[in-house]
Amino acid sequence: MPVQMRGEVVSVRRAGQYHVLTVTAPGVPELARPGNFATLAIGDLDSSGLLLRRAFSIHGVQSRGIYGGTIDLVIADSGPGTHWLTQRRRGDVLDIVAPLGRPFALPRDPVSCLLVGGGYGSAPLVFLAEALRERGCRVDVMLGAATEEKLFGVLEAKRIASTVTITTDDGSMGEAGLVTDYLRAAIDRAATDVVYACGPMGMLAAVADIATEAGVYSQCAVEESMACGIGVCMTCVLPVIGDDGVTRMLRSCVEGPVFRGDRVRWDDVGTIPSDTWGAPVEEGRQR
Amino acid sequence: MTRAVVRHTTAPAAVPAIDMSTRLGSVGLPSPVLTASGCAASGRELDEFFDITSIGAVVTKSIMLEPRSGRATPRMAETPSGMLNSIGLQGPGIHAFLDRDLAWLRERGARVIVSIAGGTTQEFEELARILRDHGGFDALEVNISCPNVADRGQVFACRADSAAGVIGGVRRSTDPDIPVFAKLSPDVTDLGTIALACVRAGADGLSLINTTLGMVIDVDTMRPALAGVTGGLSGPAIRPIAVRCVWQVRDVLPEIPLIGMGGIRNGSDAFEFILAGADAVSVGTVVFHDPSAPARVHAELASIAADRGFARLRDAVSYARREADPVPEDAAGDDLSLPEWV
Repeated sequence: MPVQMRGEVVSVRRAGQYHVLTVTAPGVPELARPGNFATLAIGDLDSSGLLLRRAFSIHGVQSRGIYGGTIDLVIADSGPGTHWLTQRRRGDVLDIVAPLGRPFALPRDPVSCLLVGGGYGSAPLVFLAEALRERGCRVDVMLGAATEEKLFGVLEAKRIASTVTITTDDGSMGEAGLVTDYLRAAIDRAATDVVYACGPMGMLAAVADIATEAGVYSQCAVEESMACGIGVCMTCVLPVIGDDGVTRMLRSCVEGPVFRGDRVRWDDVGTIPSDTWGAPVEEGRQR
Repeated sequence: MTRAVVRHTTAPAAVPAIDMSTRLGSVGLPSPVLTASGCAASGRELDEFFDITSIGAVVTKSIMLEPRSGRATPRMAETPSGMLNSIGLQGPGIHAFLDRDLAWLRERGARVIVSIAGGTTQEFEELARILRDHGGFDALEVNISCPNVADRGQVFACRADSAAGVIGGVRRSTDPDIPVFAKLSPDVTDLGTIALACVRAGADGLSLINTTLGMVIDVDTMRPALAGVTGGLSGPAIRPIAVRCVWQVRDVLPEIPLIGMGGIRNGSDAFEFILAGADAVSVGTVVFHDPSAPARVHAELASIAADRGFARLRDAVSYARREADPVPEDAAGDDLSLPEWV
């Protein structure tokens, strides 16, 4: 159940190329699960020309303490809206809706879990790792990014995971190459039962394929562009195969952002596959 | 029913003593604030943020006969004070809508205006017949103006004859007690002629306006930002266009019920539409900014109209169209005697 509220900024701190925003959100820590996200309004509608809320996966929650409940969100300064957020200061007020979306499914048994993050897609993974460790799961973490500055959460991952593998495209930290280049070996090494991933679509597609090939279950949190974040606007859809074998255009915000990796038609993201439920009849066949 | 806790930007004011009820043809509503088609799905998601039975009615996302996947992504681009969308009427088809969505809305006790869309006049008529046989809703909004169809010839609202053809067919296929509203496009040269044609064909009222056709090019990819290339522009950016449309249609149709919409953010924006001649307003794109906006707009509108001395909101309808204000009595002294040269 999402809550809409006004939260107060506790801090905005830099982390590599990103900013970590901590904001009061009473009640949300008790409701939030790893993989849930929050949306923030950009400024006041009377003065801001930026109408759409920005969505961020929840990086962490603190249910107690002097501020009551707070949540942590990781922000990449990638446009006027996210830039405005990075310029907030302690005491500024933000309009928050959280928690949103379907969280990662957690295993009932203490199985071996491999968490893969690309760029700041690693934001929800420490929160997830804590939940998995509470259930007695083994947790290994792989973090990849283009450069060292674009990695996020390395220290926190080292604190909680059995092993941490770092990759950068340019080799500025860890192994050189893509995180998915090292995935299959990591699955075999840790006898992984479940792969959890969050990051850019290309990485998720490769993770899902490698996991499925290895006979391992995968859970992928997608980053689709959203207008509302609450399931009404239908902009954040992607083709997903249902239990009945039928492909439907599902909303990332309410039916995701976490999907089974083997159910998303990664190669068809951005299109309407012709066998999708309700797909337009091809021009040729119409006549 | 659990519902989100919604913050108040200011201390909740005392409820102003104003009658907010309105009429849309044969249907009376306790509030003139409605959701806008395509910005509220079928009400369920927004009911987590405000009580959807407290507003005038839920206007559902346009439903078609068959399930429809919609268009490819990207479907959306943010624009200055607005957004461009190209969803392409994704939906479950009329039968799943009746079983799942309309059933839920009735169970919940919401007033419902069902929006329908079709590719041909026959499809619109078929939808109207299915809905007539099913019942359980308060009015029909006929979406003849969705810009996100492959063939511009399918934008029935761009021509008086094609608009009238659809509206006449729907009117004949609908229970006479159910008001039929035609949703019109601003992308025409003479809106008054099209509005008049719809009313003559049997429309009980008009919904003004649908999105206006726009386009964004991504300067990084150097390609159109939307997979559908063009899209419908909505949000505060188009509000002056929408207010103008309500004004122009009110000029030619002084009595017909009008639902005004386009970029309403708050009670003051809604009041503009009322003053221009709208009997009700739909709150659309701002829901993506503030999911509790329809309830907030209702409260703000009540307070703004009450502050201006209206005991009934319907007395404010078209108030901006009134004759010149009378000269206050205390100003009518000797000084106002006509100068010699008149």
